[in-house]
Amino acid sequence: MRQLAYERASDARAAQRAVADEADTMFLAGGTNLVDLMKLGVARPDRLIDITGLGLDRIEHRPDGSARIGATVRNSALAADPGVRARFPALSQALLSGASGQLRNLATTAGNLLQRTRCVYFQDTTKPCNKRAPGSGCPAIEGAHRDLALLGTSERCVASHPSDMAVALAALDARVALLGADGSADTLDSLDELYREPGDDPRRDTTLAPGDLITAVELPAPPVGARMAYRKVRDRWSYAFALVSVAALIVADEDGRLRETRIALGGVGSRPWRARRAEALLSGARPDPGGSSVRAAVLAEFDRARPLPGNAFKAELAADTAAAVVNDLLWGARS
Amino acid sequence: MLRAMSAAADRPIFSRVTLTVNGTEHVLELDNRTTLLDLLREHLDLTGTKKGCDHGQCGACTVLLDGERVNSCLVLAPVADGHDVTTIEGLAGEELHPMQRAFLDHDGLQCGYCTPGQICSAVAMLGEAERGWPSRVTPAVAVGPEGAHALSPDEVAERMSGNLCRCGAYVGIVAAILEAAGAPPRDAAELPGDPDRTA
Repeated sequence: MRQLAYERASDARAAQRAVADEADTMFLAGGTNLVDLMKLGVARPDRLIDITGLGLDRIEHRPDGSARIGATVRNSALAADPGVRARFPALSQALLSGASGQLRNLATTAGNLLQRTRCVYFQDTTKPCNKRAPGSGCPAIEGAHRDLALLGTSERCVASHPSDMAVALAALDARVALLGADGSADTLDSLDELYREPGDDPRRDTTLAPGDLITAVELPAPPVGARMAYRKVRDRWSYAFALVSVAALIVADEDGRLRETRIALGGVGSRPWRARRAEALLSGARPDPGGSSVRAAVLAEFDRARPLPGNAFKAELAADTAAAVVNDLLWGARS
Repeated sequence: MLRAMSAAADRPIFSRVTLTVNGTEHVLELDNRTTLLDLLREHLDLTGTKKGCDHGQCGACTVLLDGERVNSCLVLAPVADGHDVTTIEGLAGEELHPMQRAFLDHDGLQCGYCTPGQICSAVAMLGEAERGWPSRVTPAVAVGPEGAHALSPDEVAERMSGNLCRCGAYVGIVAAILEAAGAPPRDAAELPGDPDRTA
């Protein structure tokens, strides 16, 4: 690890200027991903600006049912928040499906959004990786890619976004409040505006400019009558990244006709994947209890996928999981 | 190279860290790269806290930071400045902490290397349950457990999944934690280990 300076930020603007002005200065929040990447030699900051003292650690529930989650709220505090559990249960479920109790006590909202892929080649500096060392190649495409993406990938990079929380946030139509490096406040209207696909330049995961600081995540009030759930499928019973995960929110008539359907997928995309094509196919549909219509809609989402030999199975797995989640939401089984 | 010099050379790469460990205040001058784990082991000779993976994956380094369990290998020492740390050495008073006693009574260990992290994690985990924090296997997250005594074996296994035991002493670990939680006694068949569990 490089020698480094450590400062506790007391002023957001000064912290942002420091990060904007010096390429090797980074924000530090919970550190669960960044400190690990520093040990691995993947991240090499020479100055850390600790932003956990900036007062961005509050959760605000508004009378209209919306909520504002501060950027440095710890994942454990967010998952345990009574208002989140009552009004956004899929968010609690997603958080509790991720990492471990110890890690959730450190990890923060914005840090979770900005965590890097766990692709084994990205994390191993002895291997080529276009995300870490542009132009060096992508061994994952012919190598270990069971955990990696098939949606939103390119021939340069098949990294998957590892977050559970962000998948639930995608289904909840979360917006991202930030302070630009120039001091201007801005709001990204969806996670789709936060994340970028790798394309020809996999280095950057997000649209943020150096010095941009996420200050909060805004959750609009769920629609009246909304039911929601998060389900994760993985190789171990607990404490593993998703092979596939599904966050779903539905509003349905008594006869099971879908008035609103939102489906977000984890483990399959270069970013938390809002399955808008599947949602459009399900608009106004009345899914059969066998789940074939939801399966077909989610499989259609994968028409644009770039499946690899070791992860092609995840399209079917995502379709099955989504069908099960929607079925349970419709007919009231376990959430 | 010039660039690495300029930023690092102009700014201190050491910090003065003041923290309370097991009730005693310490003031240390430390390289900013020092982790809380290495602070405890290398600078305070508190070697009860173990270094396993050093990447936040195994839980052997679990300590309590302001009463909450964390992986000390991922906390940089200057981050802990001004905070309160409890390690395995700080749990017992005149007698063993009830969690330590329960681990002995239920053979919740074999080689013992993961045990300090298991015990620190378990103590804080029961505190989380007492506050009604749900877990992934809690039937309804909005409701949460009634307290630590209400935890099921599956709840304990899920909440402790950040602490690995390579000897596989999990059956004893779960039994010990359930006893320390004041949960009703269980038949061994109810403890985790059944591959057909679907929770």
